[in-house]
Amino acid sequence: MAKDQKGKKRGFISRLGDSQVWKSIIRTGVPRNRRGRMFSVLNSVFLHLHPVRMPRHAVRLKYTWCAGGLSFYIFCVLTITGILLMFYYRPTVEYAYTDIMDLSEQVPLGIMREIHRWAAHLMVITVWIHMFRVFMTGSYKPPREFNWMVGVILLVLTLLLSFTGYLLPWDQLAIWAITVGTNMARATPFLGHEGPGAALLSIGDINLVHAGSDVRFALLGGRFVGEAALLRFYVLHCIGFPFIIIIFMAIHFWRIRKDGGITTPV
Amino acid sequence: MFPMDKHKNIPNDVNNAEENEQISGQTDEISSDSANPKMDSVDEQNLDSKKPEVPKGEPEKNPAQKRASIGKGSIFVEPIKRRSFFSWLTLAWLAFTAATGTFFGIMLRFMFPNVLFEPKQTFKAGYPDDYSVGDVTTSLKEKYGVWIVRSTEEIYALSTVCTHLGCTPNWLKNENKFKCPCHGSGFRKTGINFEGPAPRPLERFKITLANDGQIFIDKTKKYAYEKGQWSDPESFLRV
Ligand code: HEM
Ligand code: FES
Repeated sequence: MAKDQKGKKRGFISRLGDSQVWKSIIRTGVPRNRRGRMFSVLNSVFLHLHPVRMPRHAVRLKYTWCAGGLSFYIFCVLTITGILLMFYYRPTVEYAYTDIMDLSEQVPLGIMREIHRWAAHLMVITVWIHMFRVFMTGSYKPPREFNWMVGVILLVLTLLLSFTGYLLPWDQLAIWAITVGTNMARATPFLGHEGPGAALLSIGDINLVHAGSDVRFALLGGRFVGEAALLRFYVLHCIGFPFIIIIFMAIHFWRIRKDGGITTPV
Repeated sequence: MFPMDKHKNIPNDVNNAEENEQISGQTDEISSDSANPKMDSVDEQNLDSKKPEVPKGEPEKNPAQKRASIGKGSIFVEPIKRRSFFSWLTLAWLAFTAATGTFFGIMLRFMFPNVLFEPKQTFKAGYPDDYSVGDVTTSLKEKYGVWIVRSTEEIYALSTVCTHLGCTPNWLKNENKFKCPCHGSGFRKTGINFEGPAPRPLERFKITLANDGQIFIDKTKKYAYEKGQWSDPESFLRV
């Protein structure tokens, strides 16, 4: 095995590439030429989102600032650090705040929480920068108008992730920020109990949309920011929104390719 | 709407007739294929350009007979099998759609619990004599979100929700005002706003006397000053 037919010794990579284990995972073996490289991209679930060949301009940092790529990278960092935080954090009124203190002060290195928090701030920034670059390069124009809309949804989801995560430390800043933030939902047309049109939705004397049945209530699980709100935000933050944003990211990346790759700088 | 409908209405269905024409037309075309030099190389483009030509030529042969044969074909070749298949399929899809729709309704309802572990919206707050004139009682603030204020003539229940963005102000006794820590709105003892971003006075809750002579507060009914509701007899208690 270590030698080829002519009895010459072969390099480790070369032998690895021909081994059964490797070939069972990556069918096309070690890519040795352009064709091989193309095949490995096409046949990998992770790589196949990428085009097999890319125009030189598409990887020019000056054009994209890699802001979209950075957003995705930071999202991955957030997912990993977030899962780690879940091992220590309990989303209850009794423990939430102390668990956060514990995370900063007792948990080894105390740094996971900071990484998650800083990365969260950074992701909001990079997503905005990405949107700005897409706008300034005119890349929202047809045929990319659909992907711009997908992008807007991604932006909203990014902000919602940020917003739901903000309540979890359960300190004064968090509680009142979420109180103020969710109060905006009161004014949602028809769906918020203080919003325009809400008064129209009534049967006789009975209001259908009130403080116990509007969108704000659905978000908080109560009439004020309390236990139920903490749990709901926790579930949305850790499972709900990440799940949705991953779906839209997949659409976003797929559409970039279907729209003919990223735009060409003029 | 469903494929089934098309097949039921074959004699009147123009779309369907056209479809069938194309299909049978194609078989015709294949036999004449070799005779037509254009069609010799079968690549994608040719196949595409072939289709539109066919229906044009076909009806000239014998449109009436053709249509009839289509009807025959669909009804007699595999009549019952197809129909029952499609109706079952339709039924299955309808059931599936209904089930899915219902489930979305259930999901929505699921978010609104039947039992809330929150302090009650209506409660008794002791006797009028428990409150002394000129005082703002803050003991109910934490649990019920209410300040009870007694002036010389009346007792009223103020909401502790700041009318700016909903934080909870504090009663500052020395300065004789409610002050909101979030953005600094200030309210007089009456609830009237006088400083900061709050756009309107604090709201008052329905306040009445229960049969046992205790004060009874109902938070589901609110009275807003700017709507002239503070003159409502249930918005205060005359003492
Ligand atoms: C979760 C947030 C987002 C992620 C992870 C993301 C990721 C990406 C990536 C990796 C690219 C490839 C080009 C580049 O890096 O600049 C891209 C392109 C694009 N993005 Fe985003 N994006 C996000 C949010 C947005 C937003 C908020 C918008 C605008 C509303 C947007 C609109 C677009 C458009 C139109 C393109 C194609 C650009 C072109 O053809 O030059 N994306 N996105
Ligand atoms: S919420 Fe009270 S001043 Fe803004």
